[in-house]
Amino acid sequence: MDLNVLWFWIIAAMFIGYFVLDGFDFGVGMSLPFLGRDDTDRRVLINTIGPIWDLNETWVIVAGASLFAAFPEWYATLFSGFYLALLLILLALIARGVSFEYRHQRSHPRWKNWFDGMIVVGSAVPALLWGVAFANVVQGVPLDAGHNYTGTLFDLLNPYALLGGFTTLLLFFTHGVVFVSLKTEGDIRQRARRLAVRSGILTIVVAAAFLAWTVLAYGTTASAVLASAAALTLIVSFVANLRGAEGWAFALMAATIALAVLTLFASLFPDVMPASNDPANSLTIENASSTPYTLQVMSWTALIAMPVILLYQGWSYWVFRKRIGRAHIEGAQGPERVDEHATT
Amino acid sequence: MNEWLDPLLLSRWQFGLTTIYHFLFVPLTIGMALTVAIFQTAWVRTGQVKYLQLTHFFGKIFLINFAMGVVTGIVQEFQFGMNWSDYSRFVGDVFGAPLAFEGIVAFFLEATFIGLWIFGWDKLPRYLHLATIWLVAIGSAASAYFIIAANAFMQNPVAFRINEAKGRAELTDIGELLSNPIAVAAFPHTLFACFMVSSGLIISVTAWHLARNQHLETMRPALKFGLWMMVIAGIGTTLMGDQLSLAMVDAQPMKMAAAEALYQTATGANASFSIFTLGTPDGVHELFSIRVPYLLSFLSTHTFDGTVEGINNLQAQYVQLYGPGDYTPIIWITYWSFRWMIGLGLLHIFVAVIGLWVTRGGRHPRNRWVWKAAIWSFPLSLGAMIVGWVFTEMGRQPWLVFGLLKTEDGVSPGVSGLEVLISLCAFTLTYGALAVVEFRLILKAVRTGPDDAPAQHPETGEPVHRVTVY
Ligand code: HDD
Ligand code: HEM
Ligand code: HEM
Repeated sequence: MDLNVLWFWIIAAMFIGYFVLDGFDFGVGMSLPFLGRDDTDRRVLINTIGPIWDLNETWVIVAGASLFAAFPEWYATLFSGFYLALLLILLALIARGVSFEYRHQRSHPRWKNWFDGMIVVGSAVPALLWGVAFANVVQGVPLDAGHNYTGTLFDLLNPYALLGGFTTLLLFFTHGVVFVSLKTEGDIRQRARRLAVRSGILTIVVAAAFLAWTVLAYGTTASAVLASAAALTLIVSFVANLRGAEGWAFALMAATIALAVLTLFASLFPDVMPASNDPANSLTIENASSTPYTLQVMSWTALIAMPVILLYQGWSYWVFRKRIGRAHIEGAQGPERVDEHATT
Repeated sequence: MNEWLDPLLLSRWQFGLTTIYHFLFVPLTIGMALTVAIFQTAWVRTGQVKYLQLTHFFGKIFLINFAMGVVTGIVQEFQFGMNWSDYSRFVGDVFGAPLAFEGIVAFFLEATFIGLWIFGWDKLPRYLHLATIWLVAIGSAASAYFIIAANAFMQNPVAFRINEAKGRAELTDIGELLSNPIAVAAFPHTLFACFMVSSGLIISVTAWHLARNQHLETMRPALKFGLWMMVIAGIGTTLMGDQLSLAMVDAQPMKMAAAEALYQTATGANASFSIFTLGTPDGVHELFSIRVPYLLSFLSTHTFDGTVEGINNLQAQYVQLYGPGDYTPIIWITYWSFRWMIGLGLLHIFVAVIGLWVTRGGRHPRNRWVWKAAIWSFPLSLGAMIVGWVFTEMGRQPWLVFGLLKTEDGVSPGVSGLEVLISLCAFTLTYGALAVVEFRLILKAVRTGPDDAPAQHPETGEPVHRVTVY
């Protein structure tokens, strides 16, 4: 296999890592108004992702930098073309990131409400816009001969792309709510399961429409198979949640997101950024990629480093595997659990 | 075209402002990670509770600061593509690799283990928990190496060939890229400078409490530690800065000429270093100047009879090499930023030595001015760091990649001035608001001081840590 083909799929894998992992962070953030009845509830929710949101978010940095190194033309066209959309994503990520760190620094309710609001918006905006951006890439955008995007922000907000945006928004929302049911105990866990049923129905309808549109308009046989698999895992995840199999429901949501991303990448291949106005201006894995030497260097680095990275990230998830409940929140009412406070 | 909507000018302002803003937090992240790791090691090794209190206290400041480094860093990563797409196309094959290494090797490490450190106090055995903060420190230093190696390519392009057909630079040797002489000298210089900034913070904070005669049992040893660290890091910064000067004169003689506003080529005693000049530093109207003969010659060549090329000479050479154009950076900026960097640095070493002297053997100076002066060490060491970077980046102008690509040719052709104006305003407002919040929170954490010694578990005698953090 050519190295640029390999790197096309590595980039896909990195975005899968990002969307599967930060996806549930976004979902947990968006669920604050639905599941967080009081401050203690909201602290429970935030603490479910407390130790891991930063490492999840790092996946987008690594994906972006890898895109830069492996497909500089793609990186340059995508990031300059979708300028204002990315600006909004950046502002949202800034707001969300500092809010986790700052909301607990003071106990005034207004201070906390303000940062809670920023967490909700800062999670919803990227969840929506990443879908819009990727749908536009699959659909193709107007590019000039120098591969520069010639449309405007409003060209990006077309029906197909907006449907893509709502798909990621809902997928991440449900993914996050299922994650909450997996990571909490008591009342909040029950409420999360019920919410996942309601949002799950909506997610299935919207995601099915988007996947069908993708396959019909831009798809190949491979993407049709992947899209069907994504729809299947989404439905099975819904059933698993109904039956209280939280672990399965979560794993299958992750699989759904991975398969949906793969559907998009399979529809794209071997283009990386098709030009909607003139196919001659399209960016492909051939004309957008780095030299074989650079790809070789990158391949060795990834080959050596990624297993280690997956190992220690997995270990980190293992360390924080316990469920969290109101009783764990300091200053909250509820049965005191002194034994858990001791060091091991 | 409306001159206010010039995408080049606005993009430059945006990149400069956001990078400086990012770099307000980064030195503290790098320096404090090490400092906190040292305090925690002291606690684990000696069991003295004051070291645990110091770990928590400075750890809290470290974390407030860390969040800002992370969120502003993502902006940096995206901006190359957003605002400098032609630059990204030109250098991506070379420049992308160190950036990707930074993410794969350093950021993952940092981001994972910082979570384990913050939330793992009660979940990990002592030594394993200690290891997590050391891994954060190693990760942040490694990230500095890779980003500096990327930047060094812009200062001194190595390990590439030009592909005319594709109009881009292509990597020929990754080892050579990562061992760029500029990177090899700039990395330790920057790292030591980061430790100056973190010791500056320790000195400021401890002085604030000691001036009020409070928390003596924790603040005294911390002050001593900060002062020693400042002296050592200051000497390290100076020595490595000297090495960096040599490498820089090799790669970019124009930058050294601009640093000294030296228009005519000078040799030996004439290659003097002006410590201070009144008047216009354009070499025409010099009203008053304190000069050290031979020093510039020594800085640039390590000999006393070396020749330092002047701006006029270099400008003529560059016109021959690269065609007509102005190859001179803005002289007053390079001149003054170079002086402020060195001046503030030397001042810090000097003040730290005095500080060690007046507090020797547990002495506690009664003079309020001693403490007042000490409180300035954090802002001033951070200032030295920033002007150092302003010198480096402005001294590279008009080049974006020295000798290969001009700044004006790197900007995104498809992005309009209005779009950049919108993002520039958005970043300025957001960053401004965050700066106020951040500053207040750090101030509050500093004023509150270290927590009381943590409670002990009735059976094991181990300190009881908080379980939930957020
Ligand atoms: C606390 C901060 C600090 C202090 C005290 C110094 N520096 Fe510095 N200097 C930096 C912080 C810094 C920096 C911000 O970290 C820079 C920017 C780029 C770099 O690599 O380090 C820098 C750059 C920089 C450069 C430019 C390199 C280039 O453009 O390629 C030179 C020549 C020096 N330094 C030399 C010195 C000398 C001779 C010093 C003392 C006698 C000195 N610096 C003190
Ligand atoms: C090590 C990684 C760095 C890289 C790769 C880098 C790269 C760049 C680029 C691409 C530009 C835009 C073009 C230009 O206006 O010159 C720039 C400008 C600038 N950078 Fe850096 N930079 C780095 C580090 C820093 C740091 C740490 C600082 C300061 C804290 C800094 C300060 C500036 C400033 C002030 C400008 C504006 C110069 C101008 O307006 O002409 N840079 N840099
Ligand atoms: C203009 C060039 C720069 C870019 C593209 C950049 C990129 C980034 C990114 C993406 C992050 C967030 C990492 C995370 O989420 O974990 C970050 C944070 C950080 N950067 Fe920068 N940076 C630049 C300049 C610098 C410089 C010059 C240094 C060091 C000398 C540096 C060192 C760090 C450190 C230590 C952090 C702390 C937080 C962390 O890694 O998590 N950066 N930077």
